[in-house]
Amino acid sequence: MTDLAHIRNFSIVAHIDHGKSTLADRLIQLTGTVAERDMKEQLLDAMDIERERGITIKANTVRIEYPAKDGHTYILNLIDTPGHVDFAYEVSRSMRAVEGSLLVVDATQGVEAQTLANVYTAIEADHEIVPVLNKIDLPAAEPDRVREQIEDVIGIDASDACMISAKTGVGIPDVLEAIVQRLPPPHGGTRDAPLKAMLVDSKYDPYLGVVVIVRVIDGVLKKGQRIRMMKTGGTYDIDRIGVYRPAMTAVDELGPGEIGYITAQIKQVRDTRVGDTITTEKKGCETPLPGFKPSVPVVFCGLFPVDSSQFEDLRDAIEKLALNDASFSYEMETSAALGFGFRCGFLGLLHLEVIRDRIEREYDIELITTAPSVIYHVYMKDGTRIDLHNPADMPDPSHVERVEEPRIKATIMVPDDYLGDVLKLCQDRRGIQLDLTYVGGRAMAVYDLPLNEVVFDFYDRLKSVTKGYASFDYQMEGYREDRLVKMQILVNDEPVDALSMMVHRDRAEQRGRAMCEKLKELIPRHMFKIPIQAAIGGKVIARETLSAMRKDVTAKCYGGDATRKRKLLDKQKAGKKKMRQFGKVEIPQEAFISALKMDD
Amino acid sequence: MAEDWQQGGFGLYIHWPFCQAKCPYCDFNSHVVAAIDQTRWLNAYLAEIDRYATLVPGRVLTSVFFGGGTPSLMEPEIVASIIDRVRRHWPVANDLEITLEANPGSVEAGRFTGYAQAGVNRVSMGVQALNDTDLRRLGRLHTVADARRAFDIARSHFDRVSFDLIYARQDQTLDDWRTELSQALEMAVDHLSLYQLTIEQGTAFGDRYNAGKLRGLPVEDLAADMYQATQEICDTAGMPAYEISNHARSGAESRHNRVYWRYGDYIGIGPGAHGRLTLDGARHATEQWRLPGKWMQHAEANNADEVISPLSGEEQAAEFLLMGLRLVEGVDPTRFEKLAGRPLPVEKLAYLEEFGMIDHGPSHLRVTGQGRVLLNAVLEQLLVG
Repeated sequence: MTDLAHIRNFSIVAHIDHGKSTLADRLIQLTGTVAERDMKEQLLDAMDIERERGITIKANTVRIEYPAKDGHTYILNLIDTPGHVDFAYEVSRSMRAVEGSLLVVDATQGVEAQTLANVYTAIEADHEIVPVLNKIDLPAAEPDRVREQIEDVIGIDASDACMISAKTGVGIPDVLEAIVQRLPPPHGGTRDAPLKAMLVDSKYDPYLGVVVIVRVIDGVLKKGQRIRMMKTGGTYDIDRIGVYRPAMTAVDELGPGEIGYITAQIKQVRDTRVGDTITTEKKGCETPLPGFKPSVPVVFCGLFPVDSSQFEDLRDAIEKLALNDASFSYEMETSAALGFGFRCGFLGLLHLEVIRDRIEREYDIELITTAPSVIYHVYMKDGTRIDLHNPADMPDPSHVERVEEPRIKATIMVPDDYLGDVLKLCQDRRGIQLDLTYVGGRAMAVYDLPLNEVVFDFYDRLKSVTKGYASFDYQMEGYREDRLVKMQILVNDEPVDALSMMVHRDRAEQRGRAMCEKLKELIPRHMFKIPIQAAIGGKVIARETLSAMRKDVTAKCYGGDATRKRKLLDKQKAGKKKMRQFGKVEIPQEAFISALKMDD
Repeated sequence: MAEDWQQGGFGLYIHWPFCQAKCPYCDFNSHVVAAIDQTRWLNAYLAEIDRYATLVPGRVLTSVFFGGGTPSLMEPEIVASIIDRVRRHWPVANDLEITLEANPGSVEAGRFTGYAQAGVNRVSMGVQALNDTDLRRLGRLHTVADARRAFDIARSHFDRVSFDLIYARQDQTLDDWRTELSQALEMAVDHLSLYQLTIEQGTAFGDRYNAGKLRGLPVEDLAADMYQATQEICDTAGMPAYEISNHARSGAESRHNRVYWRYGDYIGIGPGAHGRLTLDGARHATEQWRLPGKWMQHAEANNADEVISPLSGEEQAAEFLLMGLRLVEGVDPTRFEKLAGRPLPVEKLAYLEEFGMIDHGPSHLRVTGQGRVLLNAVLEQLLVG
């Protein structure tokens, strides 16, 4: 047990690529926490996808022992939090588990939208914040301008910011001193009080079962203790307790202010909810920690196996992933066009991509992903409300009173050269401007946008119109009514459920025309002409006709080489696998996603 | 019980793999070499003919076809020796057809007397185009005037002379083609092969096409219109199509090619040549060594087959349909049933009939004029599912 005065718990707030993981690596290295030979990059990011994309999905923690200049040795607990908006709740919990933050800003880039959102989360959690300017060794570094920007935009004093280069190691000792001198020790915390610990995050380990990261507030966690999760009600016996250095290292107990891990024969990550309060089964604390929220998926899409015979493999993969991820929901879905698959719910687009990548990569199943959708609140004339997360399920409009859609508050930071394109993009996506300010050479635009308009390709478009210079973040802002209708796509007079979408009535014609034109390019010609229509209710609002195939014949017979002709059949067979039969029409799988991309 | 191949006949294909120059569109097995030891090649061909004669003795031979490459580079004596040997091994049909493919150049024309004396009774000439600019673009060494001269000489030696044209060429308009085809029909005796230019991978055209540098090729609609016009013009001239790309006056169809299309048996001798042979009741696919040097080496060691493998009933049925539906006369579906051990899928037949692609009954299945230009799509329905 460590004296509270000698503990510092902190997180690092940074935009992607601003050097969070590298700084963490340097802190670990400089304090000798890891032997030189075991050092590797992004030490804390365990998953392949995390390393590859340079993102953090799961919270990680590391305990560093640092002999400070004041002669005392301090225990520094770093919680490396996910930085992405999809995991905003997880970030907020991690922030509540520590008392301070390092705000890392790339001195060549300045403050980005994602930094803002996370630093506000840190401020909300009453953190002390130490600004750190990274990459000062680069010729393009403008520390004075960035310092000013931090003060203007975030409103914290940056005059004594640490000046570092995480890459070369310059300034790292100053950061360690600043953590000790400027961040506060854990507030309060009584060893004799009933156990109260926060469940910060958890992950599945094939050998140990579920490993839970905890922050002890009051009381002591010990091996053999019987604990209770206050929200889920589950009770478990602790069989391992320890800290990460960053390798798992057993300890006898974790006292107030300490951060570490426990295992307790927990089978599924699903049984552990981020933000839950852990106490002892008997004589436990009475009130749980505030702020717990069950995670709620906000983005939905259908996942179907390209090869329909892989449906059972997909089920298996999804079930396994769901065990490990309480925020991911799924139910079976049948589509006339795509066959059997699953309708899955995610925290956001990144979460969707990560899960999809993991299914494709770890389980080797090629997937068709249908267009992402949000949850609409459909108020019926009979007074009931339907939470609609698949446009195909939209009830007959004559029974619908009104439809509400989720809105977000989006913050976009962009060099002024691209501002016009960004504003146009936001207008095109039904955005309402809330604020527009300039900081140095950058503009910050705040927009109220329908989530629906953002989930599909907004971020891709934003990156493309700003050549990658814009940064973007958002938070959910609740529901609002709008004139939303279901637009169906009919191919050869039959509705294709997987192409149904919710659109704003005023934009339906434009959207419908774009969809029909796109599909005309994507669907190969058939032996007959194919009408492609967009319709609302029974009313056709846009129409294209794909003319019949005119010529498809091999002119020459290659003498007696019948084998070569048979090979053509094999090629046709392979091509056929990439198609989905819909009535008499074959639609290429890629059409289900490509048709929805708007080139604007 | 009669074997299936008997409904198609029995032919022999001889492949001569050499050309004076490689054409940019051609993906046939042809090679350009400085000198050819023709006697050595003759002996190798004879050895292979002898070997096959022991495998399938006593059958009545319908046709012999010298293809290539450019078989009109063969010395007439070589051709004569081969034909003699063939006649010694197999009984031949009264109307045995012996075709030789020829380039319409002046050198070749000088050999026509010799070929006729050797027993060749049909010549197929690679005229390819009736305008000099396009001939150069197709990499041909002859001019239109050369071709016309050679054609006239050929006509004076052979009763049956056919020639090939390639159309749907770069920058060719529908009117250009109509005019050229009318000129061709004025020249034609009784048979014409009219192929749409196909860009094949692994050819000079293929490489240029992939690099986006082969411009002016007709789009699908123009190519279809050209095909349609070809049918109409040839019908009017009394030279209707009897196969996708082949036109003839009634009775003048190429018997050799019909062996392939009616799915008969055929021996394939020469580098890369393919054969289909029923041995002990089982149809086999044969394929000879592709590179001339390698082929020679194996032929001299007394077996130039690289592959000889039995075909499953399903494979045979597929080949039967792939080849047979190219013919205007169509196929007998009961042959498919016997080979595949199952009938053709009824729902697919109905689907194709609904769109006017086929015409079928218990003993006939034909692809309609409208369907023929979509044959690959029709076959995909019937064979891919």
